[in-house]
Amino acid sequence: MAEVTMRVWRGDANGGDFESYSVTQNEGEVVLDVIHRIQATDAPDLACRWNCKAGKCGSCAAEINGKPQLMCMTRMDTLPEGPVTVTPMKTFPIIRDLVTDVSFNFAQAEKVPALLPPPMPEDGYRMYQEDVTRGQEFRKCIECFMCQDVCHVIRDHEGNKQHYAGPRFFIRYAELEMHPLDTNDRRDLIREEMGLGYCNITKCCTEVCPEHIKITDNAIIPLKERVVDAHYDPVAWLGRKIRRRTKRSADDAAVQPAP
Amino acid sequence: MTYEHHDYDVLIIGAGGAGLRAAIEAKQRGLSVGILTKSLLGKAHTVMAEGGMAAAMGNVYPEDNWMVHFRDTMRGGKYLNNYRMAELHAKESPARVLELEQWGALFDRTKDGKILQRDFGGHRYARLAHVGDRTGLELIRTLQQKVVSMGTDVFMEVKVLRLVHDADGRVAGCVAYRRQTGEFITFGAKAVILATGGAGKSWKFTSNSWEGTGDGHAMALWAGANLIDMECIQFHPTGMVWPLSVRGLLVTEGVRGDGGVLRNSEGKRFMFDYVAPMFRAETAESEEEADKWYYDHTAGRRPPELLPRDEVARAINAEVKAGRGTPHGGVYLDIATRRPAEFIRRRLPSMYHQFMELAGVDITTEAMEIGPTCHYIMGGVQVEADTAATAARGLFAAGEVAGGMHGANRLGGNSLSDLVVFGKRAGEGAAQYIAAGDVAGPMNAHQVEAAVAEALAPFDREAGENPYDIQRDLQEMMQANVGIIRTQSELEDAAIQLDAFTERVKNIKVKGPRAYNPGWNLATDLPAMITVCKAVTIGATLRKESRGGHTREDYPGADPEFAKFNFAHSTDGGNWDSDIVTKESALLAMPEELKVLLEEAK
Repeated sequence: MAEVTMRVWRGDANGGDFESYSVTQNEGEVVLDVIHRIQATDAPDLACRWNCKAGKCGSCAAEINGKPQLMCMTRMDTLPEGPVTVTPMKTFPIIRDLVTDVSFNFAQAEKVPALLPPPMPEDGYRMYQEDVTRGQEFRKCIECFMCQDVCHVIRDHEGNKQHYAGPRFFIRYAELEMHPLDTNDRRDLIREEMGLGYCNITKCCTEVCPEHIKITDNAIIPLKERVVDAHYDPVAWLGRKIRRRTKRSADDAAVQPAP
Repeated sequence: MTYEHHDYDVLIIGAGGAGLRAAIEAKQRGLSVGILTKSLLGKAHTVMAEGGMAAAMGNVYPEDNWMVHFRDTMRGGKYLNNYRMAELHAKESPARVLELEQWGALFDRTKDGKILQRDFGGHRYARLAHVGDRTGLELIRTLQQKVVSMGTDVFMEVKVLRLVHDADGRVAGCVAYRRQTGEFITFGAKAVILATGGAGKSWKFTSNSWEGTGDGHAMALWAGANLIDMECIQFHPTGMVWPLSVRGLLVTEGVRGDGGVLRNSEGKRFMFDYVAPMFRAETAESEEEADKWYYDHTAGRRPPELLPRDEVARAINAEVKAGRGTPHGGVYLDIATRRPAEFIRRRLPSMYHQFMELAGVDITTEAMEIGPTCHYIMGGVQVEADTAATAARGLFAAGEVAGGMHGANRLGGNSLSDLVVFGKRAGEGAAQYIAAGDVAGPMNAHQVEAAVAEALAPFDREAGENPYDIQRDLQEMMQANVGIIRTQSELEDAAIQLDAFTERVKNIKVKGPRAYNPGWNLATDLPAMITVCKAVTIGATLRKESRGGHTREDYPGADPEFAKFNFAHSTDGGNWDSDIVTKESALLAMPEELKVLLEEAK
């Protein structure tokens, strides 16, 4: 057992400040354990989000010593000695204490054109593991929104939220565009309204991803190539016309017998 | 007082797998739908499900079919199940799994491109559709994305306090508050579907999140529905035991399905010593036989590590009690010596990270220390199998909050499929109820005001108790007195203590503002938690036998007399602490053609 000083940002949309708490820290504990101890003793009204406490739901993202992390997966004994600072995610408006208004992300989710698969054969679709593995990587996303928090396109320029979907949604678009059953085409939307071009591949999103999704390399860069090629390259333009035709016959592809 | 108010045809409380599936169904039938969730969308406890969803698709073992699944479910539930729910579930889950792929789910595949299925405890064949060990995430994300694409209204971080009736006693809506502002909000509806999940947060060592406070169980009881089988609580055999701060955190049964075995401190695979008579014919007798089974189910019988969860949890408990436990009071779960590191990382990626990051244990080279953790409540709101209708008119229930489907013990993998099978049926049931026309009128304003006053009372008291102290004491008491092994004197003591907890809740003092105040939120959770604990304790006291998730030290055997009925609880619906009345509710009589399935397989 040890004592640790936690400097937690307390306040709301009107402002606030750091408050210091001296708390017990037991072996093996994570930051969220210590925050819970503050709630149970000194400050029952200390606001923070959490659900699973196992790194699976993505609710408890905050900035620990300035770095976006899940509070439930950050062990106290990995942090440098001395006071630990916990602040809410900077990119989103404050609701109270460590809780921010992440509705921007849910608004973006509403804009995503859904999967459009061919009609399902009676005994289900056929898809092969090698064709779904990449999509599965993106579907590991737990929606902690730390990639959105750390992306400087919106972190430093509030106004960009109007026309920029952010890394979380670029992996969502990439997943749909690479989905073996999808017949929707979102390329113009991604280029014109989702602001893919604003991303200049600094990989900050990849670095903070708690699921270790290679957001930049596996989603954003291929998506950029796909979107840009389609728009500027006359060969790709022709290819797109052909591919579209192929996509229309995806129905047949889905019911192909197994090799 | 006037509050923010919304009206819907169907109001759904809870946004986990069952709630979202119900919403899709109601929406597809042209009804207006509102979904309420205590958390953000996509964070419900469904996300924690790891191993998979059970459906007899026969993709790996063509011999599998709904009849075998039905039989496995009934045997796993120790025949306390609502047979009709088990039947519908076994028949309909394959279609419910397949339709998820139309909405974007990407399950792991077989070599010929079908959905891959994995082995789990109590299932005769490899039956669980899965995505590595994060199947719950895949399920909730798929349903969430479908619901959003349909333009459904979702009210996030809204905590429901009470269901409200109309003048004729039909459920007509609810009163809630917005956690972000602390403002009250009311919802009127022609039908209400409860999909609020479980109640495990009242135990100290639990795999449940803060949300598992049994709100739905309690609100249904208060609104005139019955609760059944509340004593049947599943303690999952494999929760983490160290470090203490993550004690109870789930370790998927998939570890055992994929070849992991349990060993005691002497290195012995002890499960061979704990095979109950009803499972002997189908369980391997030697390690050699068991090990063949993983590769070919016809070459040997099932390893005893894959017995139903209640059997395994009791065995672990007995080993630890006998002094053959690990340094931190669990047993070892070993996959490191049994499968290659690359296989483990591919099949069990979340487990690998969970142990690496939280316990500093590399599961590809070391054994895990695990022990039982409170995981799931089989008991819940009594429903009509086909429609999910409860005894309270206009109220439906699906998912963990509903009772009957799993009997005295749930098989792993049967929960995710339960959510989508009965989520859909609840949506249908609500739609039919509305179509019949006899729906609720305006909400009873007195009930709204009473709920608001009760919620605000903790702010007004001059002095009082911190709700966190009450929660901690409740968890410790329930863990000690109404845990995995129970006995009369401890249960009687629990009943007395629960009365004392009731009084303490009436003396809570909440500090701070109403906006996003977790202390206040907990204060509003506690009446539900205590109500549920009372029903559990009453059921556990009355059931003088051991069956499934209910084990009595003083009545260690199963008594066939107790297999004829469920204990059903109700109240007069006055205050939250009104007396609970408990009756025997006879099990549905099973038709001969289904009885034969159980007989044949014995």
